[in-house]
Amino acid sequence: MSGGLRIRDLRVVFDGFVAVDGVDLDVAPGDLRFLIGPNGAGKTTLVDAVTGLVRASGSARFGETELLGRDVHRIVRLGVGRTFQTAAVFEELTVLQNLDIAAGAGRGPWTMLRRRRGIPDDVAKALETIGLADRRDDLAGTLAHGQKQWLEIGMLLVQDAKLLLLDEPVAGMSHEEREATGALLEAVSGERTVVVIEHDMDFLRRFARTVTVLHAGKVLSEGTVAQVQADPRVQEVYLGHAAKEA
Amino acid sequence: MSARTRALAGFAAGAVLLFALAPTVLTDFRLSLLAKYLCFAIVAIGVGLAWGRGGLLTLGQGVFFGLGGYAMAMHLKLADAGPGQMPDFMQLYGQLDELPAWWRPFENPVFALAATMLLPMLVAFGLGSLVFRRRVRGAYFAILSQALAAAMVILLIGQQGTTGGTNGLTDIKGFFGYALDDPVNQRTVYFIIAGVLLALLWLARQLMQSRYGELLVAVRDGEERVRFLGYNPANVKLVAYVVAAGMAGLAGALFVPAVGIISPALIGIVPSIELVIGVAVGGRATLLGPVLGAVAVAWAKTALSERFPGTWTYAQGLMFVLVVAFLPGGLASLWGLVRRRAATPAPTTEPAPLAPEPRKVAA
Repeated sequence: MSGGLRIRDLRVVFDGFVAVDGVDLDVAPGDLRFLIGPNGAGKTTLVDAVTGLVRASGSARFGETELLGRDVHRIVRLGVGRTFQTAAVFEELTVLQNLDIAAGAGRGPWTMLRRRRGIPDDVAKALETIGLADRRDDLAGTLAHGQKQWLEIGMLLVQDAKLLLLDEPVAGMSHEEREATGALLEAVSGERTVVVIEHDMDFLRRFARTVTVLHAGKVLSEGTVAQVQADPRVQEVYLGHAAKEA
Repeated sequence: MSARTRALAGFAAGAVLLFALAPTVLTDFRLSLLAKYLCFAIVAIGVGLAWGRGGLLTLGQGVFFGLGGYAMAMHLKLADAGPGQMPDFMQLYGQLDELPAWWRPFENPVFALAATMLLPMLVAFGLGSLVFRRRVRGAYFAILSQALAAAMVILLIGQQGTTGGTNGLTDIKGFFGYALDDPVNQRTVYFIIAGVLLALLWLARQLMQSRYGELLVAVRDGEERVRFLGYNPANVKLVAYVVAAGMAGLAGALFVPAVGIISPALIGIVPSIELVIGVAVGGRATLLGPVLGAVAVAWAKTALSERFPGTWTYAQGLMFVLVVAFLPGGLASLWGLVRRRAATPAPTTEPAPLAPEPRKVAA
């Protein structure tokens, strides 16, 4: 098992607007961390910075390796995988093809130029884990929304990500799908480190092991669910936010 | 019947059609026209791969076609002229006292033949490396590739003394020792072209069905997503672009003995776009669609311009608009529609998904 995530003084600035403002964040190996905060708190930008999508200053280490400044695909090869708010699967490829591509970043040219024979073991295992074994040969575009999200998680599993960064994985899911997804995340963490951006408080209370609250680009509070809920600053931000929206 | 058996049967049928039926049914004149169309079809295989599968709208395949064509024509001109002699047009213009240094290697047939493919691939590699790494894509890539075709034409016309200028390299008489005005040799050239076409179709089929082929489709549909799976999409696109360039170069090289000329007018923007139109009409994402489309469009061009000169351009434009607007999958997608109609699906519990055309190889 590899290390956790260690972020120090992370700053992301877009044209003078400070989206992430000096965040320090430690996620222990095997944790299931939830990242919450009002809209615009910088949650997704933080993940973007760690995965190389946006430029950032400071430091983000995965185990011993500095991630900032590397190309997106190199960061992925270090074992950092992510999903997006909108499920991004290849709709014109089958479920199996999607997973096979995700599993294959390390393949040599000779393997690439040949046809896939049979199903690789890790892909077969992932198909079972995400419960899509019977949809294997269907085009990913025909899957239901929740199933696409699972397929994405399956793609992270087969690409052997050790750190999974999930951006609102249960958005738009039914209650049953949420439960199934939560159980899946619990099963996956432990061996791997999982960070989930989420708005859904019920889902958070049910499955989070630890929680970090971001607000206006800074860490507001951190701890277990109970600790964070008891934090008066969190209550202020959320109640104030709720009052504004109401 | 398995997919492989079906494919083999398809290739066998294609071989019978090209090697047995066409030569017996067509006159020598029509057969040499078909040889020319098949050259375009070879380019179209590459365009289908790069554009249909990889999403790279290459509006400048004429550049690679031209590089291959000129490499071949330079060798044939030198062979026609005889050892140590300059090609006729250079003597005619009288600007040069001796053969330019960059012509000299093309005296060697092995070098010239290798250059017909390797030169285009090298140029595509250089250009692709720069462009794909800088994440130039979509319309910008299309415009860039088109500009390259324009630049190549301007360059060729400007260097009249060494390239033949607007006239190009014409009046090619021999092909590795065989006289090209002999109908038997013309027929042999046709057979070579048909054989190359089938071989490259097979190669393209292998590529499309390989893991690389699946990855290429993934890059087309979600380049950023592929990046987040640990691949560098620039390399994936580069392979398709270079392969397509090699095919275009080989097609250009075969075009020269088939038609006896290569000139800027044959490789500029307009012919490059005509090729893409053929591919779009046929069905860019399939294996056979581009080939049939390219042949059909080239044939229609000849047939229409024989009877109604001047209307061809409009017909071609109309065809392109109709296909893009109403049949984005090209004529090949009609086949899929018909097949799905025939096999009426049993009612499912789920509503029928609005899936796009499955991009299965139709061979």
